[in-house]
Amino acid sequence: MNGGQDLGGMQGFGPLGLEADEPWFHAPWEKRVFALAMAMGLTGTWNLDASRAARESLPPGEYLTSSYYRIWFRALERQVQQHGLVTAGELAAGAAMTPPAPVARVLKAEEVAPLFARGFPSDRPVTHPARFAPGDEVRAKVVNPTGHTRLPRYVRGRTGTVERVHGGFVFPDSNAAFAGEAPQWLYTVRFSAIELWGEDADPGLSVSVNAFESYLDPARASAA
Amino acid sequence: MAQDHDHHHDHHHTHDHHTHAHDHPHGSELSPMDLRVRALESILVEKGYVDPAALDALIETYETKVGPHNGARVVARAWTDPAFKARLLADGSAAMRELDVGGRGGEHMVVVENTPDEHNIVVCTLCSCYPWPVLGLPPVWYKSPPYRSRAVIDPRGVLAEFGTVLPAETRIRVWDSTAELRYMVLPMRPPGTDDLDEAALADLVTRDSMIGTGLPLSPDQVVQA
Repeated sequence: MNGGQDLGGMQGFGPLGLEADEPWFHAPWEKRVFALAMAMGLTGTWNLDASRAARESLPPGEYLTSSYYRIWFRALERQVQQHGLVTAGELAAGAAMTPPAPVARVLKAEEVAPLFARGFPSDRPVTHPARFAPGDEVRAKVVNPTGHTRLPRYVRGRTGTVERVHGGFVFPDSNAAFAGEAPQWLYTVRFSAIELWGEDADPGLSVSVNAFESYLDPARASAA
Repeated sequence: MAQDHDHHHDHHHTHDHHTHAHDHPHGSELSPMDLRVRALESILVEKGYVDPAALDALIETYETKVGPHNGARVVARAWTDPAFKARLLADGSAAMRELDVGGRGGEHMVVVENTPDEHNIVVCTLCSCYPWPVLGLPPVWYKSPPYRSRAVIDPRGVLAEFGTVLPAETRIRVWDSTAELRYMVLPMRPPGTDDLDEAALADLVTRDSMIGTGLPLSPDQVVQA
């Protein structure tokens, strides 16, 4: 969705807010939100793409003015309600008042190290051959889905060059909507800054994104 | 996606119901946030969805075990072992596993190499994708709108704010982490380091040099520090 998260190319946010010797967390609650988000994700009730979708569907005014762990917290509050794990009344009261819903897994302390050291790969087999090859000119589609997507606005309609073909990966747009992993070929597509930002852009600058196959058209065919 | 209808919960700390959360500086929300997060945690624990010991283990892992020292080891090895460097550039995750570096947020690592002609810089414009196993959790600036908006359109301006000055003729490549591939920059080995061993080289490798917003330290800078 064209939400507050899609920030590439926006202007006017001011200085970067650099902080020397920055701590991992800036308040005790940030640690707990981080850990709660990780642990609740591992209950199997939702997936990482759905969590991203929940975070970016906060109203843009709220998204853009909230600290990052606050965004995580707000999304988590919504997710536990949407999936029937916690009621609005329980959140308001700060206490459990209804029986728990079943979850697939409850993360144990001794599982943390091995699970997180192994990670959660999202590459998946794709049965059909890749549509594009390195060197192909492609145009990112002009689309404005209301659900989750990983195609940023600033490349939509722009022409770039396929640099690498990475194999099949879980398609976030589908997975976030609980419509299946629907894996697709994933590419690195490189755009010149002049193509993205106009003729005054730095000729020595390029920007690459990772684009799923359905985000792309052949550059020439799309002109026909 | 449904819009948010419960956002007034955010404002129970203010008596002015016309004031929105984004009118407050972030500092003023810390104490109410502590209470709200504690309440949510207690509900989730009481209902059996999370084990507090697992939460503690997660926090300990990412406060004490995972951090840029891991990435620095990878970079130092690449600087001293050309065969490792070749493997690292070909398949980042596989090569890092040789050093026991890997895991969540680094399942599909892509390592991009700085050269005298080309400098790389990594961003996630859409959220906060970051190579956790090599760099740890991302700093606030990496997750915040100023960096995420500007890195793709004005990377030289971003670099200048970091105090990182490149020759005008150096080309810049920006990598926007829009999928589950995570990027790490392999910075150039600083001059005057021929006699340093791998551990001493690792001390030169900063977090920012592996994001591409900075450069490695010189040996002089380490002695001063």
